[in-house]
Amino acid sequence: MVQLYIGLGFLLAAVAPLLHRWMGDRTNLLLVVYPALAALWLISQAPGVIAGNNLVFTADWVPSLGLSLTLMLDGLALMFALLISIVGAFVLLYAGGYLKGNPDMARFHAAFMAFMAAMFGLVLADGLVTLFVFWELTSITSYLLIGFNHQDEKSREAARQSLFVTVGGGLALMAGLVLLGIASGSWSLTDIRSLETDLREHALYTPMLLCLVVGAFTKSAQFPFHFWLPNAMAAPSPVSAYLHSATMVKAGIYLLARLQPDLGDTALWTALLSLGGGVTMLLGAFMAVRYTNIKKLLAYSTIMALGTLTMLLGIGSDEALIAFAVFLVAHSLYKGSLFMVAGILDHETGTQDIQAMGGLRAAMPVTAAAAMLAALSFAGLPPLLGFVGKEAMLKAVLKADAFPLLLAVLAFSAAFLTIAAAAIVALRPFLGTLKATPRTPHEAPLSMLLGPSVLALLSLLLGLFVPLTGPAFSAVVTAVAGAPVEVPLSLWHGVNLPLVLTMSSLLLGIGLYLCWDGVRARLATLTPVTHRGPQAWYYAILRAFVSLAEWQTRVLQNGYMRHYILVMLVTLAALLVNSILIRHAPGLSLAFDVRFHEVMVAATMMLGALAAPMLRSSLGAVVSVGVTGFSIALIFLLFSAPDLAITQLLVETLTVILLVLVLFRLPRFSHLSTRFERIRDGVVAAVVGGLLSLLVLIAWDVKQFTPISQYMIENSVSLAHGRNIVNVILVDYRALDTLGEMFVLSLAAIGVIAMLKLRVPPVRRSTGE
Amino acid sequence: MVKPGSVILNTAARMLMPLQLLFSIFLLLRGHDEPGGGFIAGLVAAGAFALYLFAFGVDATRAILRAVDPRDLIGTGLLLGVLSALPAWFVGEPILTAQWWPIDALGMKLSTPLIFDIGVYLAVLGAVTAMVMTLMEVDTDEG
Repeated sequence: MVQLYIGLGFLLAAVAPLLHRWMGDRTNLLLVVYPALAALWLISQAPGVIAGNNLVFTADWVPSLGLSLTLMLDGLALMFALLISIVGAFVLLYAGGYLKGNPDMARFHAAFMAFMAAMFGLVLADGLVTLFVFWELTSITSYLLIGFNHQDEKSREAARQSLFVTVGGGLALMAGLVLLGIASGSWSLTDIRSLETDLREHALYTPMLLCLVVGAFTKSAQFPFHFWLPNAMAAPSPVSAYLHSATMVKAGIYLLARLQPDLGDTALWTALLSLGGGVTMLLGAFMAVRYTNIKKLLAYSTIMALGTLTMLLGIGSDEALIAFAVFLVAHSLYKGSLFMVAGILDHETGTQDIQAMGGLRAAMPVTAAAAMLAALSFAGLPPLLGFVGKEAMLKAVLKADAFPLLLAVLAFSAAFLTIAAAAIVALRPFLGTLKATPRTPHEAPLSMLLGPSVLALLSLLLGLFVPLTGPAFSAVVTAVAGAPVEVPLSLWHGVNLPLVLTMSSLLLGIGLYLCWDGVRARLATLTPVTHRGPQAWYYAILRAFVSLAEWQTRVLQNGYMRHYILVMLVTLAALLVNSILIRHAPGLSLAFDVRFHEVMVAATMMLGALAAPMLRSSLGAVVSVGVTGFSIALIFLLFSAPDLAITQLLVETLTVILLVLVLFRLPRFSHLSTRFERIRDGVVAAVVGGLLSLLVLIAWDVKQFTPISQYMIENSVSLAHGRNIVNVILVDYRALDTLGEMFVLSLAAIGVIAMLKLRVPPVRRSTGE
Repeated sequence: MVKPGSVILNTAARMLMPLQLLFSIFLLLRGHDEPGGGFIAGLVAAGAFALYLFAFGVDATRAILRAVDPRDLIGTGLLLGVLSALPAWFVGEPILTAQWWPIDALGMKLSTPLIFDIGVYLAVLGAVTAMVMTLMEVDTDEG
């Protein structure tokens, strides 16, 4: 059933254009029902999952191969699925207002619904392959959504960049998952969880972990792969709010959390994740305050949050995992809300530049209230959920086993920078005097206000009643830790070190907010340094790939038939030498019973082959090749293989016909090659011919498997109702091979026709040589 | 380039082509038990059309083919090949498992291998004829 519901999401994506034709703008409301129903169902299942009963749904796909589509709902999956459905419902509602009247609304809905369904599949998947497929689907749909404004060059470039980075990481992920499957001997996460052996001690642990971490880091925008996320802000605001803050970028985090019980808690894991996450956290917070574009600022602060989550997984203690769960939920709620606020500001004022906005509180009171509430959670101030998350984070960092001091410094710096960023986003546009903006600001419609307000209110409610959420978070942490964990959560912990840190970071943050303009001017001197960052590496790598492709095309595919044949034959010879002479000690039995007429046929064949390259006329060459072919047919006939003989004869005849047609179009034979080239070609030909003869002689002796010809002969009449075994093989025993050959033949014919019909413009032909 | 052939070639082609086509169908149908089969039969039929092409040229050959474009034969052949794979599915066997339906009144058997073989025949015939025809057309275009 759950599988069908995910399928329904893809179906809705497919029929979105049709729905638009029938229902127009009301399509949006209909589609909102999909995530809303999912959320209701998930909430109804929540008590069972919290009580510790994980749900498993299995649907057989190819039972004979053991393939099935299995989904699993545990605490971690439940938390993610709830975020996907609840944030998804509100963002979709919001998108209906934001993109109202956009002619490409149907395209948006198609990609958005497909993304949502893929995301559900990703977090619920139990099979490694299933997980990977959905993972890639989210990358592809994200590509389509970032490039939604495809007339804009910048959008296209940003979409391409995110696709290259995340799909490139996806390849690493695939390698990692395959290694995981090999190491554990199982392709199901549930089975891997209950494995007797410890994967951490497996020989493949290090390469497996590195591959998986690259996959997760690219998806979740960790340093040094973070640069695609700020560029992805070229997407419409609903996309940023949903994919690039609440859901997709957390997929990498989800994967790491999923693997934590099986692969976590080693020196490598801790170093990679806590340091990588810590650096990303500070980098994101620092870059955020350098920007005045509200969406860029939010994007970098998202990188900060993702870094924090990775770092917490790296620390891996129970406290860190509690902080992980709370911080993740808090971030999804406030960041989703703030991105929608950013979209409203963009939509109603016509600018994304914070400096151009001011005094909007009177015109947009609800937006202002939602922004400020969400920003309080963003800054980590009581009594919101963000405060609980940040306190827990600081507590976990201070108690970390590895690098506690370094991580504490990173976390503290990130905290005060974040407070400044929160203040900039929530206060700057709304306080002060009203500034003139490209559009006259007025309050957004209800559909657009609902999302940011409800998500911000949820931050507040979950914060106020945080002790009640203990059991729910406990289910999440239990899934990540792999063992039951009690979660005691409360707003007030008394005066302790984390609270002192929060208060001092608050003072620093407010200070930074007040002198933001001056600080930003100073930071501008750093621009040459940031321009040499990972984004520049990305372009350098891309350029290197293009040069490599050009080089190998020039060398390997230079358009000369003789060159292609030479490359293929030399490769073949190398492979043959390797397998015949080195790996297989040849044992030749040359005791053949050869008759006189057989020797004569073979001699004719060889004469034809020798004459072909020596003759000066093209017709003569065709005829001598034909002599070889017809001699082969004769041999088939002598060894009583009439079918092969007939086929060979017909093919020879038709080849001659085709060659005659072609010959008239070819230039006269002339000496194009140097003496050296001819000798080289002769040597290559002799070596390949010799090796192939040797191969045939050896093949006569090698019987690695019992031949199946006896089976074919015995069953030809009884099972296949045919006495001509050659034909029975072609159309019955090995029909799949024949079908493949039919496709090859057809493609070849289409290729020949296309090449003959192609008229190359004369200009290009003259520059080609 | 290729001019319509001599009297002997023309007469021979006119006489031989129907015989060749008949022979190809004979080869096709008996192929399961005796030397023959779709591939060989397709080549024989293609040879028949090649002969006709040499004797009378492209336009005349198109005329006797009427509405049938050799390129469509390729697709039809592939389609038959794929279709013959499917019946096994409906009886719950792996695809391409041969299915036999005896027709007692005619004393013969219809089967998926036969459909498959006809597919091979059409694909081979279409591919070779299309190639030869296109080659000759290019000649006339540029000649």
